[in-house]
Amino acid sequence: MVQAEEKEKEYWRWDESNWANPDMDWKAAKVISAGVDVGSVSSQAAIMADGELYASANTRTGYNSPESARNVMNWALEATDGMKLENIHFTVGTGYGRVKVPFSNKAITEIACHARGAVYMYGSTVRTVMDMGGQDLKAIRCDERGKVLSFLMNEKCAAGTGRGMEVIADLLEVPIQDVGRRSLEVDEDPPPVSSTCVLFAKSEMMSLLKKGYSVNQALAAYCSAMAYRVFTQIKEVDVIEDFVITGGIAKNPGIVTRLEKLLGINSLKTDVDYQLAGAIGAALFGRVLFERSKKK
Amino acid sequence: MITAGMDVGAKTVKVVILKDGQIIGKGMATAGLEADGATQSAWERALEEAGISRDELRKIFATGSRREEVSGFDESVSEVVADARAMSVVNPEIRTVLDVGAEEGRAIRMDAKGKVLEFAVNEKCAAGAGAFIEAMARAMQVSMDEFGAMSLQSTKSIPINAQCAIFAESEVVSLVHDETDRPDICKAINDAISDRLTSMARRVRVEPKVALIGGAAQGLGLQNSLKNDLGIDELFVPDDPEFLGAYGAAIIAAESQT
Repeated sequence: MVQAEEKEKEYWRWDESNWANPDMDWKAAKVISAGVDVGSVSSQAAIMADGELYASANTRTGYNSPESARNVMNWALEATDGMKLENIHFTVGTGYGRVKVPFSNKAITEIACHARGAVYMYGSTVRTVMDMGGQDLKAIRCDERGKVLSFLMNEKCAAGTGRGMEVIADLLEVPIQDVGRRSLEVDEDPPPVSSTCVLFAKSEMMSLLKKGYSVNQALAAYCSAMAYRVFTQIKEVDVIEDFVITGGIAKNPGIVTRLEKLLGINSLKTDVDYQLAGAIGAALFGRVLFERSKKK
Repeated sequence: MITAGMDVGAKTVKVVILKDGQIIGKGMATAGLEADGATQSAWERALEEAGISRDELRKIFATGSRREEVSGFDESVSEVVADARAMSVVNPEIRTVLDVGAEEGRAIRMDAKGKVLEFAVNEKCAAGAGAFIEAMARAMQVSMDEFGAMSLQSTKSIPINAQCAIFAESEVVSLVHDETDRPDICKAINDAISDRLTSMARRVRVEPKVALIGGAAQGLGLQNSLKNDLGIDELFVPDDPEFLGAYGAAIIAAESQT
């Protein structure tokens, strides 16, 4: 039964990671704060020493939110130089599963955390943050301190989300991290996929392939449709520069470049993992809350 | 006079041949990426059952979302008009028709003559369409037959929060992993699609009696959930509920000749 043992390839599965800054000495810090962002598809942990990013982890969310929170936090701790959970002074939970982070001191909504985290990651010139997550799309306007001025959110439909992209990667058997690059390897963008619903887009893409589209052309048709869909949704908030894209889709150049073209503006880039914005924002709130609690 | 109606749907093609008001032939075939082949098979079956050749047909009317992909018909009618016309012949007491197509859900309020008074269509999204049930059954790795049988064994109500089929799939997979009883998951899926259909039905204002048609209509679990959500004791499901659109088109084709 060789066949049964052979594991089905999971094209949607993106690389999970953990990291710590080897040049930082966390033991010298006054406040160690952490943020845990338990999203519907991915979970992140960020550990900060006196407000500076020290360690992080990014994993897929499992079936159980508390366990996912514990796993991602443990993984971030593993990257550190001997830090333990009890060394962290204050932990803030955010994201879809924010109230289910068993070791957190407080839960804060992901909108506030994303804006705060984006300003840390990209600088105080950020005015519009678009978070393209696994199961929702958020467009947030903020001030130079990362305070939310207005936002809009779509969480009803998979079109335009990371989860939808995973489904398409699986369908076309293209590893998810290659989708964006390959979608740009076409001479000219084909007409966008016309179905809104991801379930229907799947059938439409199969018929495109049958019509003679290459896989890259089919990916281009889907990425164009998704960029356009996101564009029409975020038009409702004034997209003001500086503009940044966070979340898993920010790692997909096929969406990012097409969206930038539609908007007529470029997004800022950073070396920090784009998916960390929520967790970083949560950790920054954690630091402030801890300092406030000490003053009382 | 012999006329025919063909319904080129997202997933299946149906043909009904009508002679002086009586159905003399029916044919159905599953369309894949191309609708042509299935259309030909559906025609062959219907003509064989009717025992006639195609040139004996006076008029052919077509309906269905993919009718533009095929040729060989005289005129087009909308799915909503065809459904209502056929229903007024099958059961004149019906005032509200819910049609669950493979990729489209419809709610129609009509008068006794089959005139459409109000309708709502959901064509952009799989929630409320047959494709939703199929995707969920696939996520559970059960066949459609097993799905139908299992959903009747449950009396529990487990909410599926997502409307979106893609998100609901993840919820169903989580329920499977949580070792939720499979019949309870099947019922939850029927409840979810029933919820979508009910809100569409409310948009056209539900007037009894209510009929359910389309490929998913024979699902007893879905029928139960709908009766419950709509607060009705009786839900009419005609024989061959997937043929109503083609039947309606054939009737309208005949009426165009008088």
